Amino acid sequence: MNHDIVEKNIGIMMVLILVAISFGTLVELTPLIFGDEVQEPIAGLKPLPALQLEGRDIYIREGCNNCHSQMIRPLRAETERYGHYSVAGELVYNHPHLWGSKRTGPDLARVGQRYSDDWHRAHLFNPRDVVPESNMPAYPWLFENEINAEVTGKKLAALRKVGVPYTDEDIAGAEAAVEGKKEIEAVVAYLQNLGLLLKSRR
Amino acid sequence: MTSFWSNWIIILTTITIVGITWILFANRKGTPRVGDEEVTTGHIYDGIEELDNPLPAWWFYMFVITIVWGIGYLVVYPGMGNYPGLVGWTSVGQHDRSVEQANEKFREMRDKYLALPIEQIATDPKVLKMGQRMFANNCAQCHGADAKGRFGFPNLTNNDWIYSGTTEGIKATIHDGRRAVMPAWGDILGDQGVKEATAYILSLSGRKGNAEDISAGETRFKTYCAACHQADGTGNPAMGAPNLANGIWLYGGKTEQISQSIRTGRNGVMPAHKDTLSEDKIHILTAYVYSLNQP
Repeated sequence: MNHDIVEKNIGIMMVLILVAISFGTLVELTPLIFGDEVQEPIAGLKPLPALQLEGRDIYIREGCNNCHSQMIRPLRAETERYGHYSVAGELVYNHPHLWGSKRTGPDLARVGQRYSDDWHRAHLFNPRDVVPESNMPAYPWLFENEINAEVTGKKLAALRKVGVPYTDEDIAGAEAAVEGKKEIEAVVAYLQNLGLLLKSRR
Repeated sequence: MTSFWSNWIIILTTITIVGITWILFANRKGTPRVGDEEVTTGHIYDGIEELDNPLPAWWFYMFVITIVWGIGYLVVYPGMGNYPGLVGWTSVGQHDRSVEQANEKFREMRDKYLALPIEQIATDPKVLKMGQRMFANNCAQCHGADAKGRFGFPNLTNNDWIYSGTTEGIKATIHDGRRAVMPAWGDILGDQGVKEATAYILSLSGRKGNAEDISAGETRFKTYCAACHQADGTGNPAMGAPNLANGIWLYGGKTEQISQSIRTGRNGVMPAHKDTLSEDKIHILTAYVYSLNQP
């Protein structure tokens, strides 16, 4: 009985299990990681300016991605409502990505410029003020908190290490760009820039 | 995908399929039985023996079917690296086809309405039903489901138009958006000036106030405000300067709210929809908004 060997040597068994379960990853994930589709930015894609990057970090801190996805699938029902389906090339500078998998609220991948800045401010202060049936929490503290500008440059530098093409000037100017700004300004700036590169009339 | 990664996928997938097939067949039968005697694997744990039975036939054949199905899938659909599959399916292709089908289905109706003047279709119940749904999806977030607006977002049902209430004007507003350019006057007028201008502006809609403030405010109004809001305060839709004499206030009609508007300015924005909504939808939406103001 040769499966005795596997059953009685836990080390060999672990190695064989790892081999068996790694095939899916090796086939489905590894080629994508090295593929042009996910490495090449689409035309016009730029790294987020410092203020928007801070907005993105607040977006993560407040857990917006727990209820809002940023991933429009290529299905008519989605593209009709949200716009052009998401492509990998517009997300190459996202670390981490914020695709999400749950839509308690609508997808935000192309929310940029769909509403006015005033609307976003009113909505984030108290969503019920503009959408009476909304069950989104209110975020009034964003209007009081100031961005911690000291670490903004470090955030840009860290992102550059993982491949986001920030220049030395970007990093040097990051602190000044967000100094004294309230968090709400950063969040609105971030939201208003989401998904502007691909447009589709529908 | 480069041919290296294409081959990588093809080879690993083939190894997987061959491998599981081999495992399945290698484990199909236990030790041949002799008579009625139960055959065991020889394992004994605390006196419990492990029977060496063959795989159940239903399970075995289901496994075989999944393998055959998997191979068939890889022939018909893309899966093996760069091989596109017999039917050439892609998710984007499927999406584009479904969009095209929908366009085919609705094109005739859309073209029909697009060719008709807005005044005419604004009484068509079918158009209004479609318009109302589009309004709920695209406009209600700011203007409200009843289109009556709220603080900072205009009421679309009261025939008081900041920009224009003509069909062309409404269409232009939806199509290109609007951007209000009321500057901040706080530094120029000073606190006293803001107070006086507020008093005068309130008097335009018949509100009472300190007579001195009102008369001083009139001078200020003529100097600074009349260029956009007109000498009589009735506004100028061409510039998006609202009527200040009709008692309808976008940013609240309390004294302090009006002073605030004067002090810090107002820059309401209506987003453009020309990049998201097609002409025929803007046409129908215009008809819907237009209809809200018709008797």
